[in-house]
Amino acid sequence: MADVFLDNKYIGHVDNPREFLKNVRAKRVGDKLLGNINLVYQERLDEIYIESSKGRLRRPVIRVEHGKSLFTDEHLNKLIKKEISWDDLVNEGVIEYIDALEEEDTLIALKEGDLTNKHTHLEISPVVILGLTTSLIPYSNFGGSSRLIRGSKIQKQSVGLYVTNFLMRMDTDVSVLHCPETPIVKTFMHGVMKYDKHPAGQNVVIALMSFEGYNMEDAIILNKGSVQRGFARSTYFRPYESEELRYSGGLTDEIHIPDKEVKGYRAEKDYRYLEKDGVVYNGAEMQEDDVIIGKTSPPRFLGELEEFSIAASTRRESSTTIRHGEGGVVDMVVITENEEGNKIVKVRLREQRIPELGDKFASRHGQKGVVGMIVDEENMPFSASGVRPDIIFSPHSIPGRMTISHLIEVVAGKVGSLAGRYVDGTTFDVENESDLRKELTNLGFRENGTEVFYNGMTGERFKARIFVGDMYYLRLKHMVANKLHARASGRIQLLTRQPIEGRARGGGLRVGEMEKDCFVAHGASLLLKERFDSDKTIVHVCEKCGMLAINDTFRNLRHCLKCGSNVEITAVELSYAFKLLMDELKSLCVYPKLVLKSKY
Amino acid sequence: MAKSIYEEYTELPQKLLDEVKREVEAHNLKGDQVKRVLDRVRTEFENAMISPGEAIGIVTAESIGEPGTQMTLNVFHFAGVAEVAVTLGLPRLIELLDARKEPSTPRIEVYLEKDISKDPVKVKRVAASIKETKLWEVADEFTVNMSQSRIEVYPNKSKMRDFVITETQLVKMITDLLKNVDARANKDFISIKLKAETFELKELYQLREKVRELHVKGVKGIKQVLPIKKDNEFVVICVGNNLKEVMKTEGVDFKRTVTNDIFMTESILGVEAARQAIMNEAIEVVENQGLDIDIRHIMLLADVMTSLGTVKGITRSGITGEKESVLARASFETPLKHIVNATLKGEEDKLNSVIENVMLNQEIPVGTGLPSLIAKIKDQK
Repeated sequence: MADVFLDNKYIGHVDNPREFLKNVRAKRVGDKLLGNINLVYQERLDEIYIESSKGRLRRPVIRVEHGKSLFTDEHLNKLIKKEISWDDLVNEGVIEYIDALEEEDTLIALKEGDLTNKHTHLEISPVVILGLTTSLIPYSNFGGSSRLIRGSKIQKQSVGLYVTNFLMRMDTDVSVLHCPETPIVKTFMHGVMKYDKHPAGQNVVIALMSFEGYNMEDAIILNKGSVQRGFARSTYFRPYESEELRYSGGLTDEIHIPDKEVKGYRAEKDYRYLEKDGVVYNGAEMQEDDVIIGKTSPPRFLGELEEFSIAASTRRESSTTIRHGEGGVVDMVVITENEEGNKIVKVRLREQRIPELGDKFASRHGQKGVVGMIVDEENMPFSASGVRPDIIFSPHSIPGRMTISHLIEVVAGKVGSLAGRYVDGTTFDVENESDLRKELTNLGFRENGTEVFYNGMTGERFKARIFVGDMYYLRLKHMVANKLHARASGRIQLLTRQPIEGRARGGGLRVGEMEKDCFVAHGASLLLKERFDSDKTIVHVCEKCGMLAINDTFRNLRHCLKCGSNVEITAVELSYAFKLLMDELKSLCVYPKLVLKSKY
Repeated sequence: MAKSIYEEYTELPQKLLDEVKREVEAHNLKGDQVKRVLDRVRTEFENAMISPGEAIGIVTAESIGEPGTQMTLNVFHFAGVAEVAVTLGLPRLIELLDARKEPSTPRIEVYLEKDISKDPVKVKRVAASIKETKLWEVADEFTVNMSQSRIEVYPNKSKMRDFVITETQLVKMITDLLKNVDARANKDFISIKLKAETFELKELYQLREKVRELHVKGVKGIKQVLPIKKDNEFVVICVGNNLKEVMKTEGVDFKRTVTNDIFMTESILGVEAARQAIMNEAIEVVENQGLDIDIRHIMLLADVMTSLGTVKGITRSGITGEKESVLARASFETPLKHIVNATLKGEEDKLNSVIENVMLNQEIPVGTGLPSLIAKIKDQK
């Protein structure tokens, strides 16, 4: 006797749970209503759970009876001839959808060869053990699992056609690849997800060799000719936004070209791209700090308005400007209203990104690297037939990581491009490496993929033969143009007078506590002092009471607030942070007395 | 030969001189040759010395701290045998540097006298005499006999033979250790009666528990003993830190017996031994992790920790708390506490060390900041 629960609600009991399960499962075959039901018998609790709720995750598997798959060759032939469809298989009961709950009650074989009498189901393909992005890696059963994880992470970062309607969108921080290609070496999943409709990489000729040490530590060498021909070129989009906010008292922001009387008015030339409505025109080529949307806001405090009412305007300038270190062409301007009825302006900027030193590239096998050098085409090594690789990849990246799939893709890509066909690299079901080698020989190349190469700069022949082939390369979204940062002098914090933090604000790079320790360990005393000079100040100290004195620069007089002007007052150089500490101590009623003595 | 040539080189340490002497004899060098060797050794020695103003403290800190980041966090290592777990790795290093009063896994490595250490039977006997044994370990049953109002202890003959204890000894021990009872050996049990005329039943039960936990034999606090073979002799690994009593035990070679408890070592053998113990323990951790730290860094560390005559950890209550400078102490931990205390005492900071001067953006007195020019000004009479 087992209790039965439908969607976690008790609905009754059955005497023979196993029989009940069998009957329901037999009846749900081809049944529209029951077909959406999953059920399981929990022996330990003697309870049956039936699930019919929305939003469950279910997956299809082939049913197995008496150790035999219900999916037969007959089905296969009919499917090929398009006499039956997937739905027919489901209605016939060959394929069944199970959910996480019912999975507890099944024994699913991965391959048909594994089937025994105990099995209840069979996977449609062993590839289902992999996720979507992982199954996009060709020859992945020839690589380690850790590399597959990296490989799938990298594919998510690749620049491609992320959506087809990108021109109508206002996405932040996105790139679109100019000439995306579908890979020569594919997996089954590429077809399933229609990868050729939104690819994210390009097929390139890659040579595995070192090049003057500029591809050490995973760096790659790019062929300047390839770059000039448009390899991995992409467009970077960034939207800017401004809103006419409403404030209390009927005051509002106003989007227009600000008047010169406005508080915080920039230089006239900063507003040169604005049209009459205060917004830039389409196609304007903008540089950093140029105004995109001109805007003024009412004064922050109403009191201000009354006090200085003589002045014509006390509005504040609050325009949107191009971010520091960026630029581009105005791609689209949208003027509309939001839910609150406020006028909003959105401007999308576009910038062409040509691959440069430091941009990140990767193959699909977890082999990522940064551009180490862009070599003039005439200096690139070339093969006997005159082929110059697009990318030179360091062979040191291979043995430690054991990405055999990377190497096989090079050979497979070579075969595919020479024979003018796609190569199937579906996990567990790949085109055989030995077949590829044979085909390569027939195409007139050495079977191991190596070729005689010549030094592009001297014309000498390399002693070793170089492994070359074609492979699918991805440009990743991490580009130096978005990360480059340096500073000499700039804005400081109000409180500590130390440089501000962060690239976006043009901040400094911190010499932290551990970096400081290194200066000390080297005994570089004066260098350390100079590096920490950023907040140095000169304070005047009363030698009698040891407190800070007042330095009247106008009258060139100094006096101590406590001891008067008839005391010795000395100028001392120290860090503003320490002056601040002393001030804080004073606020805690602690008397930090400075006792001065001669430095020498 | 009135005066040896070696005596002229007083600045060289004796150990180095001995080594030179040995090599000179081995290579059969004479007169002038020996002098040249010694001169060369002296220049090398002088070159190897650290220069004035070198920031050795921070170099040591970095040299120990950086490999520390590479240490695996796996806590336990089994010293040869699966039963005795020892804290190693970063947790142990932290424990050492903080000078915690008791290690998380106290341990004594007992070496035995030469004639015992190679005989497994004798070793086992000594090990049994070290292990703390309680009465319940040699008895089968403890019953409360209500009608006779007494406790009956049934000793296990074979276990008693293992621990070399007789029944009469047991009786004597019970009467000696529990003052208010009478114990008598019966045929197959020992009866224990309370001396008092009247007592509650509860007391009898309490007595039974007391009797069970009675210390019969061995060293208090040694919960486990484990003889293991080390090189070609047996060493007894003990779990516990009662070094004093273990050293007194017969058959133990107290000269070689060590514990991983720094404070125990200090209280019994003195600070110098504690310094060596800190070094040995730190080296063991480092080597166990497959790291390479120069021994001189560890020596400096152990020196700093013991230089005040007692073992002090590198904590705000230890070495760091002893710093002269208020600002230096405040910059380490609990700044408010240090500043408030300094205010109450009216402390003065001479700004003699590194941290304070970094805070004030002044030259730090190490390396290039140390030397200064002193000019002699003529008398202005």
